[in-house]
Amino acid sequence: MSKPTYETLSGAQIVVRLLERQGVRTLAGIPGGAILPIYDALSQSALIHHVLARHEQGGGFIAQGIARATGVPAVCMASSGPGATNLLTAIADAKLDSIPLVAITGQVPRAMIGTDAFQEVDTYGLSIPITKHNFLLNSAEDLLEVIPRAFRIAASGRPGPVLIDIPKDVQNQVVEVGEWPAVGVAEVVPAPAAERVALAAAMINEASRPILYLGGGVVHSAASAAAVALAEKAALPTVMTLMALGAMPVEHSLSLGMLGMHGARFTNLALDECDLLIAVGARFDDRATGKVAGFCPQAKIVHIDIDPSELDKIKTAHVGIAGDVGAVLQTLLPAVEAQQRLAWLSRVASLKAAHPLRLPGIDDPRTPYGLIRAVADCLDDQATITTDVGQHQMWVAQAYPLRRPRQWLTSGGLGTMGFGMPAAIGAALAEPERTVVCFTGDGSILMNVQELVTAAEEGVNVKIVLMNNSSLGLVFQQQTMFYGERIYASKFKGMPDFVRVAEGFGVPAIDLDTESDPHAALAAALSSRGPMLIHASIAMHEQVLPMVPPGAANKDMIGG
Amino acid sequence: MNTISRTENQALARTVLELDVYNHPGVMSHVVGLFSRRAYNVEGILVMPVGGGVTSRIWLLVNEDERLDQMVKQVEKLEDVLAVRRHGAEHEVFVRLEEFFR
Ligand SMILES: Cc1ncc(C[n+]2csc(CCOP(=O)(O)OP(=O)(O)O)c2C)c(N)n1
Ligand SMILES: [Mg+2]
Repeated sequence: MSKPTYETLSGAQIVVRLLERQGVRTLAGIPGGAILPIYDALSQSALIHHVLARHEQGGGFIAQGIARATGVPAVCMASSGPGATNLLTAIADAKLDSIPLVAITGQVPRAMIGTDAFQEVDTYGLSIPITKHNFLLNSAEDLLEVIPRAFRIAASGRPGPVLIDIPKDVQNQVVEVGEWPAVGVAEVVPAPAAERVALAAAMINEASRPILYLGGGVVHSAASAAAVALAEKAALPTVMTLMALGAMPVEHSLSLGMLGMHGARFTNLALDECDLLIAVGARFDDRATGKVAGFCPQAKIVHIDIDPSELDKIKTAHVGIAGDVGAVLQTLLPAVEAQQRLAWLSRVASLKAAHPLRLPGIDDPRTPYGLIRAVADCLDDQATITTDVGQHQMWVAQAYPLRRPRQWLTSGGLGTMGFGMPAAIGAALAEPERTVVCFTGDGSILMNVQELVTAAEEGVNVKIVLMNNSSLGLVFQQQTMFYGERIYASKFKGMPDFVRVAEGFGVPAIDLDTESDPHAALAAALSSRGPMLIHASIAMHEQVLPMVPPGAANKDMIGG
Repeated sequence: MNTISRTENQALARTVLELDVYNHPGVMSHVVGLFSRRAYNVEGILVMPVGGGVTSRIWLLVNEDERLDQMVKQVEKLEDVLAVRRHGAEHEVFVRLEEFFR
């Protein structure tokens, strides 16, 4: 046996080496006193490209963009105190959407913890409820175990964010390192219980009006192809949650599109009639189900999820299967009978004909749907689409022809304004060959507008389509519909000149409002390389329809 | 809503949960945080290290309500929790402790 050669390394150097070994090539963050040893070590890395964000939340969302585009854990960094607190929103967002993220924060030296030292905050305590797991390091040696473990936890089972808080003295502590640990990779998930899969297959075979309900877990598990194969073999009309869009291509004959609060009428009406709901990697979120008692009231439920705590959480399943959804679908496929289900499919088709998704203005690029369609017409399926949060997000979810898993990156669970642009930067850094389009609003863009300079600095191929309705549109819509048209704090009085704002940050910009041929202007803008902002005005009164009022059953939609 | 009288409280069915956990400073926060964020009161808590001190055992006395199954699943998901066992309220660990609370 050859003797290991010992290296004398600081905790900070160990962190950087472990990240390199883990395969991290791009990470985002902002330095500060308590994390300077790690930044000093990072400066010596020939492998890692550090992206300097301009706000830690932006850094967190850049890392999320990388993770969402690739499915591989991505890293963000912040200093102690305000650096760590600024990161929290991006971490919480990753928790609710099950995104693998590793956040590394600097902490004051151990001897000063608990003394209200400068920039001391209880990062460990603050991050407990918004992480999958977290660590407060006590020695440099522990890094050798904790860092690979953090990556393993982030990627295993249901993915999620992990935070590692490293006191400054631990970063500076020098230790001898002989052997390096294995890199942290996702654990193998136990195979699903065969008799449950058989039960589920029998229920699918016996059902007369089944619907397949796909959630974000299908994307996380790379199970889109398996889901489509199951739908095709058993003739299952298929709905998708916001997080699953792209798992089945929009124009697939079995696709009923997105369900829930802003789903099409026929989609929610079909669900109302189904006698079996097959939920795959979906968690019965209230935006998808509406009033739970009124959701698929006649249906038996098969629920497949990698997280056992999701089974029976909202709806009690007749058959619950804990397991990797891809693996479960693979075992389910040979057990289901090939069917045509002509009666049910024709019922669904007639619902669709009577209550289709209405996209008024689709041919006019000066309307919300028309603008989205005009952008889509300039791009192919290789483009990645991110959004911010608001009406524009829902319009894009309804109207953009998504056909590829991981094509669609949006903040679903937390619904965080400010997500879109930094996430687009991350996606573009991870996959530089793609065009990344961020649809944003005049409210959302301002929540992380500082990252425009990061986009310019990195030269990322990000096109920001700013749908400007001079309002917090979704709030305006809710006040119009449910608060007696008492519009309050949702109409902007002051409006920045967004073209000049972008240009001031070093990002070229065009204003579609002043273009005589908006199609040609869009085509030119979207085919150029590098960051660009495309400003387009939208009428303030435009609404996202249909809409299920909060708390109502999905069949009681308004409009559309 | 959260104010139940002492007699009402005692009338509720109780469950004793026994958790094997890694023994480190954050583990109690992780466990009780799951209860507090759901406004699910923990009536009794006992913790002691087991064996060499690498692991601890946490005993929790909780009221039974319809959220208990979900609570147990959430506790099982914690990285530092190795096992969760459920016992009836008659389990002697808290009964024997009662004399210290008179
Ligand atoms: C950080 C954050 N704060 C507040 C909200 C509540 N909210 C949801 S949508 C919305 C309006 C968004 O405005 P804009 O980005 O202009 O999009 P629009 O609805 O006008 O398309 C607000 C304030 C939120 N989702 N996130
Ligand atoms: Mg707006």
